[in-house]
Amino acid sequence: MANYSIFTLARNALRRHRDWPQAWRSPKPRPSYDAIIVGGGGHGLATAYYLAKRYGMHDIAVLEKGWIGGGNTGRNTTIVRSNYLNPESAAIYDHALKLWEGLSQELNFNVMFSPRGVINLAHDPGEERELMRRIYANQLAGVDAEWVTPTQLAELCPILNLDPNIRYPVVGGTLQRRAGVARHDAVAWGYARGADKQGVDIIQNCEVTGFDIQAGRIEGMRTSLGDIRAPLVGVVAAGHSSVLAAMAGIRLPLESHPLQALVSEPIKPVMPTVIMSNKVHAYMSQSDKGELVIGAGIDGYTSYAQRGSLPVIEETIRAVVELFPITSRLKMMRQWAGIVDICPDASPIISDTPIGGLYFNCGWGTGGFKATPGSGHLFAHTLAKREPHPINAPFALERFYSGALVAEHGAAAVAH
Amino acid sequence: MLLLDCPWCGPRSEEEFACGGEGHIARPLNSENMDDAAWGDYVFMRSNHKGVYFERWRHGLGCGRWFNIARSTISHEILAIYHVGDAKPELPE
Amino acid sequence: MRAQINRLAQGGRIDRSEHLNFRFDGEAMRGHPGDTLASALLANGVQLIGRSFKYHRPRGLMAAGGEEPNGLVRLRTGGRAEPNVRATEVALYDGLVAESQNRWPSLRFDLGAVNDRLSPLFPAGFYYKTFMWPGNMWPAYEAVIRRMAGLGRAATAADPDRYEKQYAHCDVLVVGGGPAGLAAARMAGRTGARVILADEGAEFGGALLGNDQEIDGAPGMDWVGAMAAELANSDNVRLLPRTTVAGYYDHNALTMLERVADHGPAPEPHQPRQRLWQVRAKQVVLATGALERPLVLANNDRPGVMLAGAVRGYVNRHAVRPGRRAVVFTNNDSAYGTALDLAKAGIDVAALVDLRAETPLGWVAALDDAGIEIMAGRVVSAVEGRRAVEAVRVGKLNDTGTGLVGGLGRRLDCDLLCLSGGWTPSLHLLSQSGAKLLWDEGLGCFLPGRAQQAVRVAGAANGAFSLGDCLALGAEAGNRAANDAGHRRRGRGPRHAMAGEEPALTPPLPIWKIPGDDAGKAFVDFQSDVTAADLELAAREGYRSIEHVKRYTTTGMGTDQGRTSNINALGIVARALDVPIPQVGHTMFRPPFSPVTFGALAGRRIGPLLDPVRRTPMHGWHQDNGAAFELVGQWHRPYYFPRAGEDKDQAVDREVLAARTSVAIMDATTLGKIDIQGADAAEFLNRIYINGWKGLAVSGCRYGLMLGEDGMVFDDGVTARLGPEHFHMTTTTGGAAHVLDWLESWCQTEWPELQVYCTSSTEQWAVAAICGPMARPLLAELAPDWDLSAEAFPHMTWQDGAVAGLAARVFRIGFTGELSFEINVPAGHGMALWNALMTAGQKYAITPFGTEAMHVLRAEVGFIMVGQETDGTVSPQDLGLGRMVSGKKDFLGKRSLSRAHSLRTDRPQLVGLLPQDTNLRLPEGAQLIGGADPSPPQLAMGHVTSSYRSPNLGRTFALALLHGGHERHGETIYVAFDGQAVRAEVTAPRFLDPGARAK
Repeated sequence: MANYSIFTLARNALRRHRDWPQAWRSPKPRPSYDAIIVGGGGHGLATAYYLAKRYGMHDIAVLEKGWIGGGNTGRNTTIVRSNYLNPESAAIYDHALKLWEGLSQELNFNVMFSPRGVINLAHDPGEERELMRRIYANQLAGVDAEWVTPTQLAELCPILNLDPNIRYPVVGGTLQRRAGVARHDAVAWGYARGADKQGVDIIQNCEVTGFDIQAGRIEGMRTSLGDIRAPLVGVVAAGHSSVLAAMAGIRLPLESHPLQALVSEPIKPVMPTVIMSNKVHAYMSQSDKGELVIGAGIDGYTSYAQRGSLPVIEETIRAVVELFPITSRLKMMRQWAGIVDICPDASPIISDTPIGGLYFNCGWGTGGFKATPGSGHLFAHTLAKREPHPINAPFALERFYSGALVAEHGAAAVAH
Repeated sequence: MLLLDCPWCGPRSEEEFACGGEGHIARPLNSENMDDAAWGDYVFMRSNHKGVYFERWRHGLGCGRWFNIARSTISHEILAIYHVGDAKPELPE
Repeated sequence: MRAQINRLAQGGRIDRSEHLNFRFDGEAMRGHPGDTLASALLANGVQLIGRSFKYHRPRGLMAAGGEEPNGLVRLRTGGRAEPNVRATEVALYDGLVAESQNRWPSLRFDLGAVNDRLSPLFPAGFYYKTFMWPGNMWPAYEAVIRRMAGLGRAATAADPDRYEKQYAHCDVLVVGGGPAGLAAARMAGRTGARVILADEGAEFGGALLGNDQEIDGAPGMDWVGAMAAELANSDNVRLLPRTTVAGYYDHNALTMLERVADHGPAPEPHQPRQRLWQVRAKQVVLATGALERPLVLANNDRPGVMLAGAVRGYVNRHAVRPGRRAVVFTNNDSAYGTALDLAKAGIDVAALVDLRAETPLGWVAALDDAGIEIMAGRVVSAVEGRRAVEAVRVGKLNDTGTGLVGGLGRRLDCDLLCLSGGWTPSLHLLSQSGAKLLWDEGLGCFLPGRAQQAVRVAGAANGAFSLGDCLALGAEAGNRAANDAGHRRRGRGPRHAMAGEEPALTPPLPIWKIPGDDAGKAFVDFQSDVTAADLELAAREGYRSIEHVKRYTTTGMGTDQGRTSNINALGIVARALDVPIPQVGHTMFRPPFSPVTFGALAGRRIGPLLDPVRRTPMHGWHQDNGAAFELVGQWHRPYYFPRAGEDKDQAVDREVLAARTSVAIMDATTLGKIDIQGADAAEFLNRIYINGWKGLAVSGCRYGLMLGEDGMVFDDGVTARLGPEHFHMTTTTGGAAHVLDWLESWCQTEWPELQVYCTSSTEQWAVAAICGPMARPLLAELAPDWDLSAEAFPHMTWQDGAVAGLAARVFRIGFTGELSFEINVPAGHGMALWNALMTAGQKYAITPFGTEAMHVLRAEVGFIMVGQETDGTVSPQDLGLGRMVSGKKDFLGKRSLSRAHSLRTDRPQLVGLLPQDTNLRLPEGAQLIGGADPSPPQLAMGHVTSSYRSPNLGRTFALALLHGGHERHGETIYVAFDGQAVRAEVTAPRFLDPGARAK
């Protein structure tokens, strides 16, 4: 395993880059493992990585139906922040944010975490009140949060329309300076390379076809590449969680919806930060390549088709042109959708199940990317110890029966 | 952009409708006697099926009426549209 | 003024009689009508047009259409400036201004070109391997990378132009106006079907625009003209030139971008700039043609290296000489036509180099006649020249096609290298429609798989590369599409005689990477600067899925979505992985086919039309009287009415005092109102609200709370019984639409047996609420015959009567704790009522008040505001309203109130707070903690939900949700915000008891 650095890059340049090893192997599955992770997205790969790295379990397989990082990991708008309302949520997302801050070094893979700040706009006194509540809650939870006035906004994002006479004028916003964006694919690849280095088998094009459950305990998985035994299974399948749960006879409180997104053609930098508006349904950042990355809403119906649709995009582009008038003559280059698994309280589920040894990590809805390192670490802890980490204890499936929901509708409406 | 054939108004574009989620979930009549688990199942748990899904839609920007449809959540093909209260149609998966 | 040194003396579809002036990078040039910006630049001898994305290599034009990867310019200036426009798609107009992109300080001398020298350090994905040290420095590296990346500069001002949307239905939508599309549209049109034919270009004709093929013994373009004329005269056919079909969505919905005015400097005053069509087609025929691929060889990106078909088009259509001495390099037959047409135009063709050892006999004779040397079984092994092609080397291919025999080979001087690596059917839209694409080994391309929607593919897009096939199969597709849409016509389609038809196809020889000069970069994706070596590196490093390769190398991710590069990339990756192409698969095509302007997607509904504004009938009065407004949902509501010199607090204090001491008036029109009728209306309300409704007398009013099935409060309001089977429900202003949906969903889907009908009546009524001790005498003056005494018109009842001569319904309800009357009149009478009340109220100094004073007044007496005291997690018990919950009946959400968590005694519960500092208004949202130290992290015990200054109390006060608060009255807690913690006393959530006044 070659270390990645400017020095190895220079050394390899002399050899015309012919000697770089594989970032991860493509092994055939063995008949049994100590643990199986179902789902080779960022969360699943991170889970395997931390299981190996921090909890000493190396005999692990990650089963991926297609190619790793091909689901929501590679389809989101890459926003990373932790300014959630409820202390339980702030804790879980801030746990992730702290891991993001050292992730490139931890993985020796540049995931390009760019803490360029995330701004949530307020357009009326009601929104201002809601956002102020979030700021005070964050301050107490130790999550950085501050109010920014229109004057400050003009400096933070010069292309933002701050005309007080528009339909929904901007009255201010919250700023989380530690928040930002990261390179989505790199997260999957970095964790895959790291996990592979720890001996984890990453098995692509391997579809789960069933669960081997005996006497209420998980014994292994049935897959398109044959049966694989394991006494411990963690399912991290995002939009497909319900499908897998149904195979195991478990019901989940999820609905899978397409979340629509788009990018503009690449342009020279105009957008130094990330701006989100709940009122007019848009959020936007600019990628390092120069594309404006724009998140829209979800289609209002259940779907497993990762296809771009139009109505939600039209709505969002109207808001973008309103908030950023110079974008009118830019062009949408690509649109697409990811399938997000939405929970009734807009909070995730990291939980055991009625089946011994079988655990689910799902329900991240529209906001999963930002949680990737934290989710992986906490799920690894839960799997290794067979009990939840204190941070994810409030996120058990049981809450839908007891009523102890972690309601983040406000945060989810602001979204992502 | 789905095209839904409203039983009262005829075919109209998706934008006129609102999806009300999974259909055929009857509200329990004896909720006082249900345990927390059974009640939680009713309120929160959904099959979220991949394949032919039976769901409720409302023609909100038209006649305002609710109706049921059977729709593939993979291809989005609509296989049946039927009235509220009707039994699920028999369909090949 | 630069001269058109490369303009041919004759031929072409240009009008030499008219000159169009334009500027490129400040230099004045001229062209003719019929030119594109690209052809005009070529005519003026401009070869260097841009710099590449990553290495800043000099680049010239490669193609002639939407597949152009290099020729991106910034068009127009100021608010009309548009970056990343393909010069090949810009119709030339007089006064056009364009500039090159991604270079500094100038196109000829670009400092960024140093990247090309450093390129050994910048292989695919290099940024994943470095910039990680020291740990916190990525933002600094990133700032530099960001400046280097990006293509053009966005406009710096708002767009002055307008965009429109148009919606259409049709039987058959034909995409593409080449021979196959025209034939399809004509056959479909003749059945009487409603047909739309859309084509990207200004002129129909497709490939015929660029070559000299004949149909029925006449130039192909004559046939095109006749077709277009016939279609234009058909009432059932709509022709849309300059219209790109961009997206193919569910249920045969497609979007099309019509460029209405882009071929001039600015739209006419009556015109939109562009129009976004949304078409619902019963049937779609895709006649989208095929795109030529370049060959992947070292330095194939030098200005002067072009696609063979594009060169042919520039010569024939635009009468442009793309070079003086050409070498044509091909792996298939089509480029032979280019060689011949170049020769015909008097351009020296040094050689035609064919990869294949076996050359097509028919063509060979024609080239011999033209005196063009054919070098078979050979390849262009090297390209010489940096800012322009100066020469090529032609070497002999070995038997396996993997190397050269005898070195780089012979040197041929030339300034133009025409490449043809075969043709890729343009199936982006088909892929968007959900169909799979199937690899065809013989043709070396993907062909349509089984259709998933009502669509068929015709012509070159379906692998029919001869003109005869395009016409015949196009006509058949059009006919069948019309039949499937329910339109029929007897008889057969016309048969055409082809002359100048290209001889039968000799299969192309796919060699994905041409062996040769190892030192030069062999580009696959020109726009994203991805080379064959990058793709091989990705495969070597384990990025095996084509999606991984794409994302790791960025191949195919440019503005052209890899139109010229995808198949070459696939071939190279398959070779590197040693698997057949179908096993590598292809990436999904995502909409749009061609980039779509944001303005067009936004349409007219921006600016003031972004969202409708709702105003009450009294809005004008509020404006005239200086109201500050608050946005509540779509409504504009008066927030407060400042007098000269007053700030907000002073105005609110005055309004609040007036309501408690004299009389104040509020516009309450915006409150949601729902008319509920039917034999089971009372039973329905019983199931919707937590409290009982069957016992409410006609003429009575009652306050109700609604819960979701999760047991949490989501709306409240007072509902009056107008008759045994008739209720008037009020809701919150913002919640009205949601409540109506909620009611409808239950009565339609779950309880269809209930006879009940719900109708929104919010906008039927204008409502003036008057409150305060003088409210009764004021109303009495305007309703002299009405007994308004508490006995005759008790609290929580309603009566009909006349107020100021207007038919009115008056409710003795209020939200302020004062004696109140809510006077409802038909909306059209609202202003008259308001004026009458204001006039009669002068003697009491009647004071208009806004939402803020209303909030203070209601909080003083402990009335909750949904959305402020509640946030979707608050139950009736939490609000201290548990006594309202009926034990006798079931209602929505009831069972949730007895879940384990709902029964906990430490839930956040509504309390009052009196800050120790009586002048301190606690910030709403501030957090409640137990001690005086606000240091994080610590868990909050709740938060402030509402906080005001009360002129009646002479101090500030607040409402809050506090864990276990019902049992904590009298305790001291701390309120944390902005790093401080202030003391406050917990009280009951009621600060003022107006006694019997409200009653």
